[in-house]
Amino acid sequence: MTNQTDKPKLTPTASDPAKPASKPHWLVRKGTIVVLWVVGLSVIAGLTYGDVFLTPHPHFGLDGTFGFYSWYGLLTCVAMVLVAKFLGLFLGRKDTYYDD
Amino acid sequence: MTISSFPPGLILVFGAFLLPVVGAWVRPLLVLGLPVLTMWLIWTIPEGNSAPIALMDYNLVIVQVDTLSRLFAIIFTLMAFAGGLFALNQKRVLELSAAFVYAGSAVGVAFAGDLITLFIFWEIMALGSTLVLLSAGTPQATRSAGRYFLVHMFGGALMLTGIFFFIYDTGGIAFTAMKPDTVATALILAGVLVNAAAPPVSSWLADAYPEASFSGTVFLSAFTTKAAVYVLIRGFPGTEILVYVGVFMIFYGIIMALLENDMRRILAYSIVNQVGFMVTGVGIGTEMALNGAAAHAFAHIIYKALLLMSAGSVLYMTGKRKCTDLGGLFQSMPLTAFCGIIGALAISSFPWTSGFVSKSMISQAAADEHLAILWYILMAASAGVFLHAGIKFPWFVFFQKDSGLRPKDPPWNMRLAMILFSAFCIGLGLWPQYLYALLPYTVDYEPYTDSHLLNALQLLLCAGLAFFLMLPLMKRTLTISLDTDWFYRRLAPKVLGGLGALIGRADTELRRGAMSRLNIMLEYLLLHHGEQGSLARTRSTSGMVLVATVLLGGYLLFSYL
Repeated sequence: MTNQTDKPKLTPTASDPAKPASKPHWLVRKGTIVVLWVVGLSVIAGLTYGDVFLTPHPHFGLDGTFGFYSWYGLLTCVAMVLVAKFLGLFLGRKDTYYDD
Repeated sequence: MTISSFPPGLILVFGAFLLPVVGAWVRPLLVLGLPVLTMWLIWTIPEGNSAPIALMDYNLVIVQVDTLSRLFAIIFTLMAFAGGLFALNQKRVLELSAAFVYAGSAVGVAFAGDLITLFIFWEIMALGSTLVLLSAGTPQATRSAGRYFLVHMFGGALMLTGIFFFIYDTGGIAFTAMKPDTVATALILAGVLVNAAAPPVSSWLADAYPEASFSGTVFLSAFTTKAAVYVLIRGFPGTEILVYVGVFMIFYGIIMALLENDMRRILAYSIVNQVGFMVTGVGIGTEMALNGAAAHAFAHIIYKALLLMSAGSVLYMTGKRKCTDLGGLFQSMPLTAFCGIIGALAISSFPWTSGFVSKSMISQAAADEHLAILWYILMAASAGVFLHAGIKFPWFVFFQKDSGLRPKDPPWNMRLAMILFSAFCIGLGLWPQYLYALLPYTVDYEPYTDSHLLNALQLLLCAGLAFFLMLPLMKRTLTISLDTDWFYRRLAPKVLGGLGALIGRADTELRRGAMSRLNIMLEYLLLHHGEQGSLARTRSTSGMVLVATVLLGGYLLFSYL
């Protein structure tokens, strides 16, 4: 084993105070983000509407309801985030907790 | 048919010892060549058992080749190749050597035809992986390696005890399908589950893997848990308790990853989550489910390694690992971000990726068996994977905010390894028939139906919508979450420390009491036997004669009475 580290080498930072702040990358500009939201929501709406064209063959019942995968995915994910936040209240510790 | 007794995995194990002694320019050739040689052997070795080798009263079948063992041997070896390519610029040769011992013994596990051979390779894996972790060289890694080793020795001890009982019960050592209805088989199952990061010891994984070096974690992610999945598929198919264990692991992984700030710990928790899907599949136990578990293990090794290569590249180039310190890296690390996203899509079972064609077999098996609740749970879990790993990892590392960091993409070998595994993620997704052909049972499943495609896209995109709607709640903080490792990292030391202090105090008090008693006794002795003591005083001869005369006179007087 050598003593070489895994080198946190380089790391030139962008926020060079000598340079004027350049324009943000096109992908993170406000306009682009609005477009992404609109496109994303339209795609979700379109896909959910796509259920109309499929012959439903549900396995159990609830999964035969209109747009099942859309609303089920959305609701269960919201629930998982909320449960995680709730548990985090009890389980969360500073990340230096085990350091001493 | 009878085949050679030389386990292909030993090429990697023995080759590992060559790596430190050869020159720096030969080493890359070995690192890439040894897995290629092993792979060639795995492809060409025919199905069958090797001739038994006698060890005491037992006949070891060191090599047993069938479709299932070949599938796992192939993916372990492929992983050794890609991991080696990624780690070519790892300066610590110990890590590479340890990783090759680790990979080779995993191949050994896949081909083991009896329980003793299985156990031997199983323990070599534990040693190899501990050394991979230890070679990171940081104090955290060293402490973590200690805990990792203890947990795995515990798992190994469970397994070995189980094997002893098994031999006592049955007189044989054959490694075939078992039911955990005896002490022997239950202990073996418990030992395997320790390695699968099942509850209550799931925490060893997220405790250990993220402490390894940028390349070490890539190796670690692949072998231990998937070798455990392999043993479960072969040894415990259709064991109902595995369904519950698997479901717990799935949600444990999601919840813990959602709370996590360290990018590699997020991915570590998501390993437990993904292994949970496989364990559930083994628990369902139908041909479709076992095929699904095996295929998912194959696909998972590739996309998880890819994700950890992407995270490892970020760590290598920036030295940072916390989401709170990262963000906006897509601008200067486009290839790393792109490959990370491919891995993230694959782990989320996005259509046209490897995860889609493998994981869906497990949920399909649940549907086929009319396991309604399990099917609903698996659907929610599939959405949750996109949430905790599929979006969370790329979002917080490569987008989120501009951290101001502008690292470049990593060196060529790391880029090449990521491109290779990205190609596998997409290739297996587009042409699943090649993966299906390697599975243990004939596959009668078509992943790309209109409804399946549409439903998967609906589920995943809405999970993505939920992520962005809940983004304020997902804000990263400098926190960790307590896990079951708290019991042996905090509670046990505290309890033992308290117990030690109690024993120490009792000991001090007892000693003090004993000493004071001893002192009183000594003072008493001194009083009577000391220089001035009544019994030790020097008396005059005339006085003594007088006393003797009085005594004798008294005696005379009494004799006449």
